[in-house]
Amino acid sequence: MTAILESYWQSYLWSDGPHFSGLVVTLWLLILAVAMGFLLAVPLSMARVSHNPLLRLPIWCYTYVFRGTPLYIQLLFFYTGVYSLHVVRSQDFLNAFFRDGFNCTVLAFGLNTCAYMTEIFAGAIRATAHGEVEAASAYGMSRFTLYRRIILPSALRRALPFFSNEVILMLHSTSVAFTATVPDLLKIARDVNSATYASFTAFGIAGVLYAACAFFLIWLFRRGELHWLAYLKPRTH
Amino acid sequence: MNKMIAAVSLVFLTASSLAGAADWSGKVLKLGVDPTYPPLEYKNQDGTLTGFGVDIAEALCAELKARCVWVESSWDGMIPALLARKFDAVASSMTITPKRLEQIAFTDKVSNAPARLVAKRGSGLQPTLESLKGKRIGVEQGSTQESYAKAVWGSKGVDVLSYQNQDQVYADLVVGRLDASLQGSIQASYGFLKTAAGQDYEFAGATLEDPGFFGVGDGLGLRKGDVALREDLNKALATILANGTYARINDKYFDFDVYGVR
Amino acid sequence: MLLEGFGPQILLGTLATVKLALCSLLIAVLAGLIGASSKLSSNRLLRALAAGYTTVIRSMPDLVIMLLLFFSLQMLLNRITDWLGITQIDIDPFLAGVVTLAFIYGAYFTETFRGAFQAVPAGQIEAARAYGMTRGETFRKVLFPQMLRHALPGIGNNWQVLIKSTALVSIIGLTDVVKATQDAGKGSMQFFYFTLVGGLIYLAITTVSNGVLLWLERRYSVGVRKAAL
Repeated sequence: MTAILESYWQSYLWSDGPHFSGLVVTLWLLILAVAMGFLLAVPLSMARVSHNPLLRLPIWCYTYVFRGTPLYIQLLFFYTGVYSLHVVRSQDFLNAFFRDGFNCTVLAFGLNTCAYMTEIFAGAIRATAHGEVEAASAYGMSRFTLYRRIILPSALRRALPFFSNEVILMLHSTSVAFTATVPDLLKIARDVNSATYASFTAFGIAGVLYAACAFFLIWLFRRGELHWLAYLKPRTH
Repeated sequence: MNKMIAAVSLVFLTASSLAGAADWSGKVLKLGVDPTYPPLEYKNQDGTLTGFGVDIAEALCAELKARCVWVESSWDGMIPALLARKFDAVASSMTITPKRLEQIAFTDKVSNAPARLVAKRGSGLQPTLESLKGKRIGVEQGSTQESYAKAVWGSKGVDVLSYQNQDQVYADLVVGRLDASLQGSIQASYGFLKTAAGQDYEFAGATLEDPGFFGVGDGLGLRKGDVALREDLNKALATILANGTYARINDKYFDFDVYGVR
Repeated sequence: MLLEGFGPQILLGTLATVKLALCSLLIAVLAGLIGASSKLSSNRLLRALAAGYTTVIRSMPDLVIMLLLFFSLQMLLNRITDWLGITQIDIDPFLAGVVTLAFIYGAYFTETFRGAFQAVPAGQIEAARAYGMTRGETFRKVLFPQMLRHALPGIGNNWQVLIKSTALVSIIGLTDVVKATQDAGKGSMQFFYFTLVGGLIYLAITTVSNGVLLWLERRYSVGVRKAAL
C-alpha cells in the first residue's frame, strides 16, 4: 500500500512524467464537459419548452437519443466511429479535431451531459409560477427580456440541486475516458494494477480519490444552494 | 538436433514416471487467454478459439491427458486472474520478464516473438529516439511494449498512447491517428500486415532486443505454488518439441521456426 | 445483408445484455429492500452498515467498483472457500457483471425504497394494527403495496441507468452488445455503422422499458386521484 503510494502518487494526482495524468485529467475533462453542457443547455432548454414544434421536436429527439444510450457507446461513436469516415479525415479542421482522443472525449461528454441538463432546465422553466410570467408580460417585457430577467434567474436557481446531481454523475462518467486513450484517473489505476497486481489497492486508491472529489463538489453545491436558494427556505421567524 | 531432444525428453519421461508425476488424466485444466492476438490467439468468425498458442496449449493438454477449458480475460487482468485462480495457466503467449517473474512462475520458453515497430509503407521510421521524436506511437496497455516505449521514448518527446487492446491500436493506425505501433513481431505480421487492412503497412526497422523489458521469450504463466504443474507442462513441452507435434503446429501458422534459438 | 453476416453475434450480444440487466435488477431490488429495512431498523449497527454501503457506493464511479470487485472478489471468495475447506467457486464475467451491477444498484434501490416506505402515512399502519393485523400481514397487505406505488418512478429511473451501465461490462470481458458490435466494426472496418447499430439497440431497449414503466405506473396508481389542473 505505502510502496504503491510512494511510487505512483504523482501519476495518480497529476503527471506520469511527460504528460498530465490521473486526477488532473479527470477534473479537466469534467470542467470542460460541464462548461460546454451548461452553455449549450440554456438555449436548448428554451427551445425545448417552445410552442413551435420545429424548435421543440429536434431538441426532444436529441435529448431522447443521448439519454437513451450509454455514454460509453457515444464515446466509441465519436472516437472510433466518426474518425473512421473518410469525409472527416479528408477535411483539415475535422481531421485535426477528431484525431485527438481528448477532443472526442470532451465532445462526447459535453453532448451527453448537455442532454440531461437541457431536460433539467426545461423542467425548471415549465415550473415557473405563471403569475410571474403574466406580471412580466403585463409590464410589456419582450420575450427575450422575460427570459433574461424573470424566467432564467429563478429557473436556474431552482434547478441547482438537480444540476449538482448531474455534475456528480458526470464526474463518475469520466471514468470511461481511457477508451479514447485519455490517461485519466482510472487508467492510472489500471496501470498500477497491471504493474503490481495489487488490484484492491490500485482501484481502491482511485475510488477514494473519486469519492473525495464527489464529496468536495457536494459541499461546494450545498454552499451554493444556501446562498442562491435562501429565498426558498421556510421562514423561521 | 531433434533426435537429441527426443532422447533427452525420453529420459525425462522415464524419470517422470519413476518420480510419479501428478496424474492429470481426466482433470480439468483452465487456461486463460486474450483472443485478440492473431495468429497466436484469436477467434474465428464463428467465435471459436484458434491460433498457434491455442493449438500448442491444446497439444500440451493432450499430452497430460487433461481436459482444457478456455477462460477469456483481458490482457491487463491476466495475472490478477491467474493469482485469483480464475484459471490455472496463462496460455496467451506471455513474455517471460523479470518483473513478471516476481509475481508468477513460467514454463520453459514456448516461442520467441521480439517486439517490432510497424508503420506506413515508405515512412522511413526507425525505432530510435531521433526518428520518432514528435510522432505518435500506439501500444497495448499492460504490455511489455508499453513499458518499453514509455520508459525509453515517452519521457523524451515521443507521444506514446496506450490502448485497451491491440485491435484498437491497429484500428487507429489505419485511420491515421497513429504514426506507428509497437507490438510483438509475429502478432504484427499475421494479425495485421498480412491482412487486407494492413497491406499499406510494413515493419519499420529491426526487432528490439532488450531482455530487461522483453525477456527471453514467451511461455505459459503459472502460479508459483503449482510446481508439479510446471514440471509436467515442461515435460509435455519437451515431448511435443521432440515428437514433431510442435513442428506440425509451427508449420500450420508460420513459414519460419517460431521457437527461435534452441 | 443489412448486418453483413454479423447478425447472429449481435443478437447473442443483445440477449446477453438484456439477461444481464434483468438478473442484476432482480438481485438489486432484493438488496435494496434489505438495505431499506436496515436503514429504517431500530438497530444502530444495521443502520450504520446500510448508511456506509449507500454512501461508499454512490460516491464512486460504477466502472471503478466494477473493476475493483471483478479483480478482488475472486481473491476474497477464494480465501473464504479455502478457510471453509470447500472447492473453489468460480466467478465468470457474466456472474461478475451481475454481482457487481446488483451490488452497485442495490445502493440506489435502498434509497428509493427507504423514501417510499417513509411516504406511506403512519396512520395506515396504525389502522392496520388496530384492525388486529399481525406485523407480517400489515407489511404484506398495507405497507408493501402502497410503498411500491411510491417507489415505481424511482425503480424506473434506476432501471434506465442500470441498462446503460451494462455497456461497461464489455470492459471486463463479457461479450455483450457493445463487444459484439465493436467486433463487427473491426471485422468489416465499418466502425461508424456498427457503433450506430449498437446505439440503436440500446435505444430500442430503453424505449420498450419506457412503455412498460408507463403501463406499470398507471396500473399501480389505480384509485389515486390526480389534482385537476
